[in-house]
Amino acid sequence: MLLSLVILIPLLGAWLPAALSRALGVDPARTAAALAAASLALVLSQAPSVLAGATLVSGWSWIPEAGLNATFRLDGFGLLFALLILGIGLLVILYSRYYLSPEEPKERFYGLLLLFMGAMLGVVLAENLLLLVTFWELTSLSSFLLIGFWRHDADARRGARLALMVTGAGGLALLAGVLLIGHVVGSFELSDVLASGPVIKAHPLYETMLVLVLLGAFTKSAQFPFHFWLPHAMAAPTPVSAYLHSATMVKAGIFLLGRLFPAFAGTETWFYIVSGVGLTTQLFAAYVALFRHDLKGLLAYSTVSHLGLITLLFGFGTPAGAVAAVFHIINHAVFKASLFMAAGIVDHETGTRDMRRLSGLARFMPWTAALATVAAGAMAGVPLLNGFLSKEMFFAETLQVQWLGSRYWVLPVAATLASVFTVAYSTRFVHDVFFGPPPQGLARVPHAPPRWMKVPVEILVGLCLLVGLLPGLIVDPLLGAAGGAVLQAPLPEYSLALWHGFDLPVLMSVVALVGGASIYFARRYYFGLHGYRQQGYDGRALVEGLVALAVAGSRRLVDRIANASLQRYVLLLLLATLGVGFVGARGLSLAPIDATPPPDALAVALTAALVFAAVAATALHARRLLALVLIGVVGLVVSLAFVRFSAPDLALTQLLVEIVTVLLLLLALYFMPAESPRESSGLRRARDAVVAIAAGLGAGLLAWAVLTRPFSTIAWYYLENAKPQGGGYNVVNVILVDFRGFDTLGEITVLGIAAVAIVALLQELKLDAPQRDWDGRPWATERHPLMLRVLARPLLPLALLVSVYLFLRGHNAPGGGFIAGLVTGTAILLQYVAYGSDWARERLPWNYSTAIALGLLLATATGLASWAFGAPFLTSTFGYVHWPVVGEFELASAMMFDLGIYVVVVGVVMVIVGRLGALSGPAARGS
Amino acid sequence: MEALFAIAIGTLTSCAVYLLLRARTYPVLLGLTLLSYAVNLFLFASGRLVMASAPLTDQGLERFPDPIPQALVLTAIVIGFGMTALMVVLALRAIHATGGDHVDGGER
Repeated sequence: MLLSLVILIPLLGAWLPAALSRALGVDPARTAAALAAASLALVLSQAPSVLAGATLVSGWSWIPEAGLNATFRLDGFGLLFALLILGIGLLVILYSRYYLSPEEPKERFYGLLLLFMGAMLGVVLAENLLLLVTFWELTSLSSFLLIGFWRHDADARRGARLALMVTGAGGLALLAGVLLIGHVVGSFELSDVLASGPVIKAHPLYETMLVLVLLGAFTKSAQFPFHFWLPHAMAAPTPVSAYLHSATMVKAGIFLLGRLFPAFAGTETWFYIVSGVGLTTQLFAAYVALFRHDLKGLLAYSTVSHLGLITLLFGFGTPAGAVAAVFHIINHAVFKASLFMAAGIVDHETGTRDMRRLSGLARFMPWTAALATVAAGAMAGVPLLNGFLSKEMFFAETLQVQWLGSRYWVLPVAATLASVFTVAYSTRFVHDVFFGPPPQGLARVPHAPPRWMKVPVEILVGLCLLVGLLPGLIVDPLLGAAGGAVLQAPLPEYSLALWHGFDLPVLMSVVALVGGASIYFARRYYFGLHGYRQQGYDGRALVEGLVALAVAGSRRLVDRIANASLQRYVLLLLLATLGVGFVGARGLSLAPIDATPPPDALAVALTAALVFAAVAATALHARRLLALVLIGVVGLVVSLAFVRFSAPDLALTQLLVEIVTVLLLLLALYFMPAESPRESSGLRRARDAVVAIAAGLGAGLLAWAVLTRPFSTIAWYYLENAKPQGGGYNVVNVILVDFRGFDTLGEITVLGIAAVAIVALLQELKLDAPQRDWDGRPWATERHPLMLRVLARPLLPLALLVSVYLFLRGHNAPGGGFIAGLVTGTAILLQYVAYGSDWARERLPWNYSTAIALGLLLATATGLASWAFGAPFLTSTFGYVHWPVVGEFELASAMMFDLGIYVVVVGVVMVIVGRLGALSGPAARGS
Repeated sequence: MEALFAIAIGTLTSCAVYLLLRARTYPVLLGLTLLSYAVNLFLFASGRLVMASAPLTDQGLERFPDPIPQALVLTAIVIGFGMTALMVVLALRAIHATGGDHVDGGER
């Protein structure tokens, strides 16, 4: 609970700076600082027990079926990161209060900063690996927003996009890796995973898991060849760079290496991949950093290089190497954050970060210059500063590596070389900016920064000194706890003494310091460092090129297939369906398994009629009225088929729908050309015929295969329980209104939506009604034929009576709301046909759109009513009443539901056909 | 009997597909109608063919048809009507908007 609060305070409090600023005028920086401080206090309250070696795990199960639990873990390693995140976070909040200009949206800045802080705390405090990945992606997202904080700046937007693409893609790889880990270990909890090191390392999937996890770590921590996003992320405001790109986010990958160290480290694969990448990154980035003219660009490559150093240390796979890595994590966070802040001060006070234009600033801001010099000294590994200690440990470790055999000298030499460049660029950072002649041509005269802007730098630089001078006192407890937590084993022997005697690591340090300084001054004066043009490999061009390629390719593909032709789309859909069906049907045996009754003469005759009508309708479709009549024949045969195969409800429904559909199509035909012109070429018709025959063969064979296979059904359940549970003998109706009432509710809702859409489409639709029929004869003026009028009037009450009958008996015999509704609708439509829609509407002045709504409400209310009795939605109940004459009569609550169906169906039929009919009324027909 | 049923479904599908591929809205409407017959019959067939019976439990019948596909198909028929109606109105609206009944709103 307490651990989750540490994360939730900044995460959920992210909206508070904006809210309090708007409501009460509170400085958003104060709100953010208060929240971070509260979270820090919670962490500190747990620090004593954790420093004593305890591992706190708490939380609750969330989706245990997926192995996802909201569990959190605080051990030494997590504590170290939590302190870095919250401590440096607080300093960054203070710093940015003076860095951001008054007109910038501070509320958004602090909100995003808190969001990031919470996400980052989630990464380092998660016990469940899936939870860790979730927070991991959240850090990518919030850092995207922070890098792109200056939305008006195109570079910032591009940098943000690049960072999101690279780290987001790595996050996906990490997710895949974590899923594999869960599969192998059987749990996503870190405690289980860390205890399963031997199982993981011996598993055939070990390499796969390792590479996936490392992809996540390396993209996040900007390791070669994924490092390129970090320099572009320097378009972010400097406080963001100081926070995300020195102390926290880029350390998430390193954190992951340390976190999963016991599970993965110590194999040859681990050594070669992790150390190889780390060493390459360290060496390459240290070299490149020297040639950056932008202060932040130099710091960015320096960060990449130091992260490479830490990766290299973890890659050794030795306990002492891991401890040295943890130590360097602390030291690097402290000195690099202060250097970024110093760079921000320079930028803030001079308006530029270009080292070719800066010079001699020490005379304007001596105190800042002193602080930056100390911090840069720590970065270079100057004795008595914190960076020196971890660098000595690093050198010592490079001498201990066993894997390389007789080529053992490669690592120490490469490490020394990288350190030479580190010293060189550190010297450049200090010397180019603060020393030399006064700067020329700056936009404004530099002056010392505000007092409080320097305080965070002072605190951090003070830490560099304290750790450097009194390591045993200041950092040893935390380092011990964190190192122990990484190793999940007793700590190796290590010593934090300032002086171990004159040994090889000291010699390497001396070489680095002397060599680095010499290189810097040599290049400065003899090789024209300032004239160096930045060029060479940049991943941004590669990534953006890939993106552009994908976009162009998609566009070409869309242009090719999407030509806005329905015929083309339908054809492609059909071909795709045929293809999938063909692939799926390979190996399907068509031999009948179930015995089949032989066909009788009637069945053959009816099938022949259906085939004839369908083929004729297709062949003669250009003669539209004739085709419609033939379609009607097909519909009739289909309803007869339902009669034959024991589906009376379906037969009734099909028959009635057939009538209404034919009426509907007739009405539509009135406004359409009578015939389809012949426009398809013979070739095209042949092609369509081939597709059609293939589709028909497929459907027919599939139907045959289905029909002749044995099958098991759950029908017995419904047949047995229709009466005892649903109170009806007609199982189909009981299923509709009771067992699957919720489905039916959805279906009548769809009907209602279709009707609403039709009303909307018909609004303000005016079509020119033809004055003559298709053969050129004028339409008859006798609009309402006498015989129909005579018949229609007495038919209405009779039809209504029939529909009441069908409705009432529906629960026990063929009938029910759907069928009764169709009968009523048809009867009313007959009045429309016989007397004209105006006459009918005068006498039956109902608003059918409202009826649909009322019917839906009634059906829903019936369902809701069961809640009043404490039963689930749509639970039905029934009882019996005795009606004189009619006899024993059953009343079920499902009947109210069926009534709702009835009203909806009547309303839908009337809305659709009635509205369409009104289009062709006297108004449309003209005088 | 199964063979006849399969032939009917296959024929309906063939005719429906051919009509769906026409260039005018009206044959496409007819094609959709035929296709919904075919689909409904196919869904119905998944409960197998039972003759001389009914899903009524008070008739003393020995053998029952499967009521589940029947319930499914019943609503499918009614919804199919709603869909056909929507297509009809869309076709009319298209005539209003484009002045013709070509499915693409004109020749391409």
